Amino acid sequence: MIIQALAFYLFAAVAVASGVMVVSARNPVHSVLFLILAFFNAAALFVLMGAEFLAMVLVIVYVGAVAVLFLFVVMMLDINFVALRQGFQQYLPVGALVGLVLVAELVLVFGAWAVAPGAEAVGTDPIPVAGEITNAHALGLVLYTKYAYLFQVAGLILLVAMIGAIVLTHRQRDGVKKQRIAAQLDRRREDSLEVVKVRSGEGI
Amino acid sequence: MESLTLMPALPEIFLAVIGMVLLMFGVFQGDASRHWMTWAVVASLVVAGVLVPQAADGRSLAFGGLFVTDAFAVFMKELALLGAALALIMATGFNERERIARFEFPILVLYATVGMMMMISANDLIALYVGLELQSLCLYVLAAFRRDTVRSSEAGLKYFVLGALSSGMLLYGASMIYGFAGTTRFDGLTEVLMGGDVGLGLVIGIVFLVAGLAFKVSAVPFHMWTPDVYEGAPTPVAAFFASAPKIAAMALFVRVMIEPLGGAAAEWRQIIVFISIASMLLGAFAAIWQTNIKRLLAYSSIGHMGYALIGLAAGTEEGVRGILVYLALYLPMVVGTFACVMGMRRQGRMVEGIEDLAGAARTNPGMALALAIFMFSMAGIPPLAGFFGKLYIFLPAIEAGLYTLAVIGVLSSVVAAYYYLRIVKLMYFDDPNEGFDRPMGRELSWILAATAVFTLFFFVSPEPLVGRAAAAASALFGG
Repeated sequence: MIIQALAFYLFAAVAVASGVMVVSARNPVHSVLFLILAFFNAAALFVLMGAEFLAMVLVIVYVGAVAVLFLFVVMMLDINFVALRQGFQQYLPVGALVGLVLVAELVLVFGAWAVAPGAEAVGTDPIPVAGEITNAHALGLVLYTKYAYLFQVAGLILLVAMIGAIVLTHRQRDGVKKQRIAAQLDRRREDSLEVVKVRSGEGI
Repeated sequence: MESLTLMPALPEIFLAVIGMVLLMFGVFQGDASRHWMTWAVVASLVVAGVLVPQAADGRSLAFGGLFVTDAFAVFMKELALLGAALALIMATGFNERERIARFEFPILVLYATVGMMMMISANDLIALYVGLELQSLCLYVLAAFRRDTVRSSEAGLKYFVLGALSSGMLLYGASMIYGFAGTTRFDGLTEVLMGGDVGLGLVIGIVFLVAGLAFKVSAVPFHMWTPDVYEGAPTPVAAFFASAPKIAAMALFVRVMIEPLGGAAAEWRQIIVFISIASMLLGAFAAIWQTNIKRLLAYSSIGHMGYALIGLAAGTEEGVRGILVYLALYLPMVVGTFACVMGMRRQGRMVEGIEDLAGAARTNPGMALALAIFMFSMAGIPPLAGFFGKLYIFLPAIEAGLYTLAVIGVLSSVVAAYYYLRIVKLMYFDDPNEGFDRPMGRELSWILAATAVFTLFFFVSPEPLVGRAAAAASALFGG
């Protein structure tokens, strides 16, 4: 038990510290690297809670795809991050005030959080007992049966995203040379090769 | 109830599958397919329109209760399909002329329509969100469809960023509601909220949910994107934005507020009243200074959504019937008006200034007459269709005792009449500019004629529409 608590505090502290570093690091590449560290620690926290599937997804999706994409964008685009940061000091008081109000509201809400009296009865999806089946198994049991509709619509959304990306970025340019394999294979020796006898001393 | 029946979702499944088939044809045939693609999609929308009433058998659930079809859904889906089909037909000539015609355009409109139908039929907070996202994603791409112009790209980007923000708010609200009620199903929410004991967390959840939905119907104070997007997006896309998605979002709004959150009506009524008043006033006053007709129509649509929300604020069956009638009459008006805007072309180039309409009655009498009909109708002058829309909205508000709301609504419609009538004055009493190009195109003139005749002669027999709207509204109130 004590090891678990220690592990929790370790991962949580590193996650928070790296979160702070993400916004305060001067070099944007360092920011992204700290972001990856934060993701890893959050994944570890999920494992501690017994949500190993979420931990896996966090590492695969966020570290594997999103953060790498960030890194690409930061490295490829010529963004002047110093200029972006200008005005940080200027907006700080207003931002802090808004943040403070939001925090106060959140405390107010969650301090007086009430659950509807009938909530227990209508909760339709029983959570499987931990240890009986794995997370991935439990999710799969409902994802492809009860929530098949949502799963399919999510697929449609991804299809539309793909169409959209192609529509907005793909353009046909003139003067682009394409390989035509059939034409290449059709070429015969007679079409392209001529044997010329050149007498010595005369040139062609 | 827990069975995995698919029949009620037949039109959506049909459209989604046919969309993929058409997409494959488009990919392999290249841009040459764009000529028949539009008509193929329009035909599919028509088939879906035939399937919609067949699929609904009273109130039926599909996909284990995530998806619901009832008379209300049928009514709204038919409207959304009609709006999408009309916008698509209007777009053909325009896209060819502006050299932005691509075969993906009709496909995106088709998937946006599928998303709308899913929104209308949502019976679960997650189903609501995925339907909304499917529709919005298509709309973001459509707004930026003329990607070579800065305006259009800006419109798409702005819409995307603000839309993502509103989706975030909606999800936050939904998670709060889930946290309170322990379920995302609408039936479950209804059951839980019957108790009448509403916690603070639920109220905040409702506020966020309403904020997200208000963004989608572009009600004040979440309207900022509307004028810029309408102005920047290609005109047929703006016509599409003003018609079908508004109807779908309004349907979703009404269903969420009346069905699952009906038990908390006392909590959300004041929010809706505020949004409604603010939208009507802003729609009336901000439009006065506009010089671009598309921006003017954007503010006008904000105002119209404000009027429609009066019916929701009333929260009664008559109020919902009023919304349905209002939207059904709003659709032909706005489509016809945008058809006129698309007819404003001089030497092959689009003009969008209101001043450009000066003297159009002499140069283009047919178009000017149609636009005058639409403007009078939007201003709510009897006996045109727009008057009946307002009538069926204001009556239930008075019956529900919302006098302030009704009075402000009437007053703001007087203010709005100023800029609608100014357009009529410009066309009929000012010296003509150089006339617009003629002919305006076969599809455009047909749509213009049909919508104008409907708007003009609706008063002859309003019963069929009002009767169907009443049946649809009663379906929502457990009838």
